[in-house]
Formats: sequence, C-alpha cells, structure tokens
Amino acid sequence: MAERLPKLAVHKFASCDGCQLTLLDCEDELLAVAGAIQIANFAEASREIIEGPYDLTLVEGSVSTPHDLERIKEIREESKVLIAIGACATAGGIQALRNARDVEEFTRYVYATPDYIDTLAESTPISDHVKVDLELRGCPISKAQLLETVVAFLNGRNPILPTYSVCMECKRRGNPCVMIAQGVPCLGPVTQAGCGAICPAYNRGCYGCFGPMESPNTTALGDQWMEMGVDSRTVSDAFHFFNNYADAFRKAGDMYADR
Amino acid sequence: MSTTPLLLTRADLDRMIEILSERGYHVVGPTVRKQEHIISYGEISSTDDLPIGIGDEQEAARYRLVERGDGRLFGYVLTDTSPISFLLPSEAVVWSGKKSDNGFETAEMAAPPRLAFIGTRPCELAAVAIQDKVFLGNGHQDPTYAQRRAGTFFVSVDCTEPGGTCFCDSMGTGPGADGGFDIGLIEVLEGDDHYFVARSGSDEGAAVLSEVGGTPADDGRVAKAAAMVEAAAGEMGRTLDTEGLKEILAGSLDDPIWKELAGKCLTCANCTMVCPTCFCAAVENRTNLDATEAERVRRWDSCFNFEFSYIHGGPLRPSAAARYRQWMTHKLSSWVDQFGMLGCVGCGRCITWCPVGIDITANAAAIRARMEEKAHV
Repeated sequence: MAERLPKLAVHKFASCDGCQLTLLDCEDELLAVAGAIQIANFAEASREIIEGPYDLTLVEGSVSTPHDLERIKEIREESKVLIAIGACATAGGIQALRNARDVEEFTRYVYATPDYIDTLAESTPISDHVKVDLELRGCPISKAQLLETVVAFLNGRNPILPTYSVCMECKRRGNPCVMIAQGVPCLGPVTQAGCGAICPAYNRGCYGCFGPMESPNTTALGDQWMEMGVDSRTVSDAFHFFNNYADAFRKAGDMYADR
Repeated sequence: MSTTPLLLTRADLDRMIEILSERGYHVVGPTVRKQEHIISYGEISSTDDLPIGIGDEQEAARYRLVERGDGRLFGYVLTDTSPISFLLPSEAVVWSGKKSDNGFETAEMAAPPRLAFIGTRPCELAAVAIQDKVFLGNGHQDPTYAQRRAGTFFVSVDCTEPGGTCFCDSMGTGPGADGGFDIGLIEVLEGDDHYFVARSGSDEGAAVLSEVGGTPADDGRVAKAAAMVEAAAGEMGRTLDTEGLKEILAGSLDDPIWKELAGKCLTCANCTMVCPTCFCAAVENRTNLDATEAERVRRWDSCFNFEFSYIHGGPLRPSAAARYRQWMTHKLSSWVDQFGMLGCVGCGRCITWCPVGIDITANAAAIRARMEEKAHV
C-alpha cells in the first residue's frame, strides 16, 4: 500500500518572502524534501493548490490587516501542525516599529489616497492570534534549522533548536569575540543562537535577527556598549530592529531611548 | 630525559617543526589571524608562521594586538582558545550508522590527527593534566579525548611577560612549567642575543631534541632565563587567594552576594567556552530525511544554558545567580571534592573574554570578604 505523503502548506502574511524562499534555497536537499513531503499549497513554488487539511503549515509574516486576522484563523483550522517562521511571524517584524507610532499619520504621508489603506494599528506575531506549535526565529530563518525541523517532523521527534546565546555558536566555530578583540558592538550575548554566528564570522557585530535568547540581560549588554562609547540612542536602535516587538528587546530599546 | 639544558636558535626551532612533521604530527602553534585581530592556535609549517614581534594586551573584556617592535616569537600572553579545543573538539561525531537490510551498520570512525603543539603555556599544560584526570582517570576512559590525547606532543614555552588577566602564580600552575611537556622552552631576547633554553620532559621529547641538535647551554644563559621566569611570577595582572577558599565558597551558597555578583552576568556562556578546564558537552542525535542514516554528535555545552539542567518542569538553575554560582563554586570548591584539585589554572581567559568583564579573582575576594565579615558579626 502506498503511503500518503504528509501535505505541506506555506503561507505569507506581512513580510518580504525571504523566509519561505529559504525552503526553495535548500537546493541540494530540495529534491529529497519534495520526495518526502507533498508540497500542496505553496504559491512561490507552484500554481497548483491541493485542498487542505494540511499536515504541516509554515506561516511567514506578521498579522497587520483585518483580512490577516480572518485568514490566520482559517489557516490554523486546516493545519495539524502550524509553524511560524521568521522575525515577522514570531515577533511582528521590522514593521512592528509602527506599533509605538500613529499608523494613520504614516498612511497620510506615504499614500496619495490613504482611504484605500485598511491596516491594523499594530503588526503582531502569529502567536498573538492562534496557537502556534513551533517558532523558527531569524531574519531570515536558517536553512539548517528549517531542514532539521522538517526532518524531525517526518520522523516524529522534537527538533533540536537551541535557545542559548549566539556566543555558543561563535565559540564552537572558533570566532574570536568581535566586541573584545575589535571593540565592535555585538548583540550576540543576548540573541538566540541558530544562525551559526554568521555576522561575527565576518567581523561584524550580531544584529539580533534571531531575537532574545532564553535569559537575555539586555541592560548589562547595553551598558557595556555605552562603556565602549556607543550612545544610548544607538543602543536603543539596535534593540528596536528586526525583533523590536519581542518583549525583552522592546523594553530594552524603550529604556535606552529614554536615557 | 635530558637534564642538561640545551641552547636552541630560531633555525633549530624550524628544524624541530620539520622533524615533528616528518614524525607524522600536524604541527600547531600560535598564529596571527590578521582579519580577526587575534593570536590563535593554527597549523604552522615554520617559525615564519609564528607571531613574530606581535604581542597582545589583555584586560577584563578587552584584547588588543600590539606591535612589540622586537623579534620575539612567543612575545604574546595567551591565545584565545587553549589546546583543549583540539583535544575536546567543539563538535565530534561519536557514532554514526546506516540502515541495512537486516538492521543497521556502524560506520568506522576515522582516527584523529596526531598533534604537536608549539608554544603551549604552563597554565595550558596544567589544564591538560586536569582534563587527563577527568577523561582518563576515575577508571573510565573517554574515547574521544583518549584518542586525541594519546598522540599529542607538547613543546611548551614558559612565560616571562604575564598579561593583565593572568594569575597562574596564585594557582601554582606557572609561569614556569614543572612537567607535562615533551620539550620545555624558555625564550630569551637580549639585544641581538635571541635564544631558547630547552629541556626534554619525555622520552619522545628527548629523541626529538637530540635530532634537533643545539648546543649545551652555558650556566649564565640558563640562569638568565630562569631568572626571567621567576621575575614573571611577581608581574601577574591578577591574584587569587586560594587559602581556605574551598570552604569559604562552600559556605556561601545561600548568601545574597551571588545575586549582586551575577547582576552583570549575560549568561552567554563565553567563560565556559574559553575555559581550558570546562569539559561539558551535550549529545545530539541526527538523522537524514528518511531516517536511513543517523549520527550521534557531541557538542560543547555550558552550565549557563537552560537546557543544561533541564528536567521535567524546567531548568534547575533558572536565575543567572544560580548559574554563575554553579560555575564558580565548581571551579574553586566542589572540583576539589570531585577531582582532588582546583579546577582553575589561572589563565585569565574567563576575565578577558567575558563581554562585560566579570572577574573571577575579584569575585572570589568579594565573597571571602563577605564571609569573613559574617564570621565576625
């Protein structure tokens, strides 16, 4: 008897498409993935849409319009396992910067006919609206973590997704600390691992695109940046970036903005 | 093992590297990684690869390369990682297998390369001795460590210019090496007189040294070299009073001072990643998509991570204070119960490489002061 392949759906909300493209970027592994799973509803990959329910649904992007609010509930209903992928889906994304501002004012400035714009006051993560089974962090997500998640799903085990700091990955790959050896401000100590410490490997500070790690001491790091000569506004901006609406980074960014 | 010290030149060191290479060793030594502004262990093929005339300044949360303006080969303080990161690699496959028609087949593991370290510091030799006890002592041999350790050759270089975060003198592990090396060197540079006083510490070390040649060292130069190492003991950037420290720390566990000391702790795990006596690892199992191939991987882990102490219901040490206390009291107190020695060699890496400069020597002193104050109330 032929086994039915698990059905995969990929959906997009307010986002840049970079995270779902990570699936297509799997190149070497893509054929193996396509052989193990039925890509049933993935607009970026195929026009053919096979009806739900779906065994595995990946959701990219944040909820930012009234229509999104309805759509995410429908998607949840037809998905056995729902995984939010990327900084937009897990923390509201860069567009969540509007949450602390007046969206109507933005639309007046940006659009010739603001009446056409039907948007929510806030950009919010998927988990604010429906039950999410798993979150993959990052801007964009890591290909390795996505594959690990799919492999774990297919084999009925939990994926290995660490919640410790980026520093663990830096040290494992032999990166000397850019903060200490070069005086480059880095968010690595408060940011969750998963990217493989890409930026410090190229002598750049971590941008925090994977969001807060399990026990982020944002004040200790922010104060250290200031001791290194970084002004409080820059510290604030660093926290208020891709994951500005993630609780720990939002609070830290607010605090340094007020200093 | 020779007791008469030999005098070697830089050309002799080049010959030594060649001989070690001919004997099948991958020769590893300090190299300047320019892009990353660091002196780190890497493969070398001659003394040209060493950090000639390059030094390093180390302070809490600060490391900078400096031009020394001289021709010393080992004029730096300490590399960022120790030889332990080669003996206990950050990631090691401990088992792998494939599904077969009647069960599974285990893959043969490739033998690790034999390594010869040039420029090992005495504190690093002390750390190797600690890891030997952990992984080869106690009636149990860890194969990952044992395989790598068995083929290792150490050419140590005593310290004559300690750094700002060094405190090996307090821990009795330096600045000169008493043993643990195959060949022990002291580098001296006075004007144009550049030489290395060498002695062997093992049969293989003696064999390599006799192949290298060199000349018998005159008493004057031997005394000069020894005096420089002795003087270095008084130039440590830090000190740590170990007198009664085991008991003091063991009695401090409930003291609120831990919360104060850990206030700055990022729980980022950097201290444990650079510490040459830290040995904790996590074991992860991986499969391919259709689960026909599997491997078990051992990766560096840290007591600063939640998952490290995770049991049903959550981590045992949720607060930063609990995790920092666990790490520090293990190094300086409970290690003695476990292994009969202290778990700190005074290399100072945890101080240099802590992004916020938390200082184990300052904190040990603070706890001592607090507990003494309490005792007198």
